[in-house]
Amino acid sequence: MKIVVCMKQVPSSEARIVVASGGTTIDAAEVEMVVNPYDEYAIEEALRIKEAKGAGEVIVLAIGPEKAKEAIRSCLAMGADRGLIVKDSAYHGGDGLAQARILADVIRGLEPDLVLCGKLSIDVENNCAGVGLAEFLGWPHVSLVEKIDWIEDRKLHAYRAIEGGREVVEVGLPAVLTAEKGLNEPRYASLKGIMAAKRKPIDEVTPSIAAAEVGAQAAGVRVVAMAPPPARGGGKIFDGEPADIVPKVVALLKTEAKVF
Amino acid sequence: MAGRILVFAEQRDGSFRKSTFEALGRAKELGSEVHALLVGSSVASIAPSLGSYGATSVHTVEDSRCELYWSDGYAAALTAAIDALAPELVLLVATGMGKDLAPRVAARRNMAFLSDCIALDEVDGAFEATKSMYGGKVFAQVRSTRKPVIATLRPSAYPAPAPASAAAAVTPLAVELPNDSRARVIEVRKTEAGVLDVQEADIVASGGRGLKEPANFALIEALAKALGGAVGASRAAVDAGWIDHAHQVGQTGKAVSPKLYVAVGISGAIQHLAGMRTSKCILAINKDPEAPIFTMADYGIVGDLFKVVPLLTEEIRKAREA
Repeated sequence: MKIVVCMKQVPSSEARIVVASGGTTIDAAEVEMVVNPYDEYAIEEALRIKEAKGAGEVIVLAIGPEKAKEAIRSCLAMGADRGLIVKDSAYHGGDGLAQARILADVIRGLEPDLVLCGKLSIDVENNCAGVGLAEFLGWPHVSLVEKIDWIEDRKLHAYRAIEGGREVVEVGLPAVLTAEKGLNEPRYASLKGIMAAKRKPIDEVTPSIAAAEVGAQAAGVRVVAMAPPPARGGGKIFDGEPADIVPKVVALLKTEAKVF
Repeated sequence: MAGRILVFAEQRDGSFRKSTFEALGRAKELGSEVHALLVGSSVASIAPSLGSYGATSVHTVEDSRCELYWSDGYAAALTAAIDALAPELVLLVATGMGKDLAPRVAARRNMAFLSDCIALDEVDGAFEATKSMYGGKVFAQVRSTRKPVIATLRPSAYPAPAPASAAAAVTPLAVELPNDSRARVIEVRKTEAGVLDVQEADIVASGGRGLKEPANFALIEALAKALGGAVGASRAAVDAGWIDHAHQVGQTGKAVSPKLYVAVGISGAIQHLAGMRTSKCILAINKDPEAPIFTMADYGIVGDLFKVVPLLTEEIRKAREA
């Protein structure tokens, strides 16, 4: 089974984020960059599927700069077979759906059986790449997948997270699935895996779609300003005997904050 | 003022999501004409009630295959409604259903897409969203460069309007639903009845590693019950396996904006603070006065949670009964 996993390199969730001067991007200079956590679930699931089926190929596909190869390399160290990167910056400035269009364009040429993505990237949170690329490929999709049961060689039940429960979706291949937390516990790369990854190929690809159609100029939405969230603080902090302060705080919640 | 706005009215089992009313309320403030699309197997009877929240017309798509959510079928219905009504803006809610449906339709009709908006306004004839990025560490203003626009609103971003006594005109919408069933929901498995979702609840009480062991989440459950709210958790508590990740608040969990957020035994890792800082009021309980959570708090109690929380639960119960 040939599986493509779409992966984005993003700032770590522990990273402190500073808005760059100009105010429409972040200052990424000092920020630790990692594999998007939801994409890590997608990689892990792809590896498990390949292992369970006993054969196949896991290809990691990223759009990003030279540095993004480090994240691809991490996925190869986990066990993926090869990497592909759309490195040409003319393809980088578009919106989330433009990114989905680029991914679909590259994936079409690969003819995979299955595409796995994270449910979203934790940087700009566009929430659309996986589902959007399914539409561009003309494939079915299941988003927010927490669990997969294979019922036939090319048919599965995907459990997707909804408010108050899960939907069980039956879908045949080819399909796009987007991973939610809980799908699996991603493995750490072994030393052997890290060594092996050094010899695995990461090829640069050029999409067949023109950059002008998916670049910054074609974006349907654009960031016009960025700022840290509104400051909070200056709260009333009480320290003392719980029996004394708890009634005070509850009274404040009721009369001052009016929350009940 | 914007012109025509189409709201996708999300229902399950014949009940609307509260956040659907929030979207209708915002649509009424933004646009001159609010239409709603209602999809299901038998929904005509609940359609007129959408008028109370601001819809003037409700377009229904009824088909037995739409009893449960069906991404291809619902996408066909929404696309048909967009083609028929030519709205300037299509509004959904960023729920499990909205997050699935909106990008598909946006891709299909090459619409500008604004996801998970904390606020949505009209600026210089364009739609401009306030969006949380980097898990809430940055707020971005994101503006559409073309119309129509499709946007999902984060639950609780806007209040649901008080219902007025108005009924909407209901018209069936002719839709050619796809014949193939390539991805079908075959079953919905509900978690325990009455469990509120952290993103939709007005009040959230969350527990963290300070609880020491999973059984102590009973304290948070009792507190949440007294508050009439949902149970949340920090990533540390989820990763330790104490509680399901559906409860996780933070960058790799859910971002919440409730009326009241109570953080118990949560020190306040940056990724947690990012996911709850848009709460209207924050109460933090922690034994460490230096815990970062206190920098976000409107009210804080420095103390042993095992003493504070039972008292707090009791006092809240009394206050809410009074």
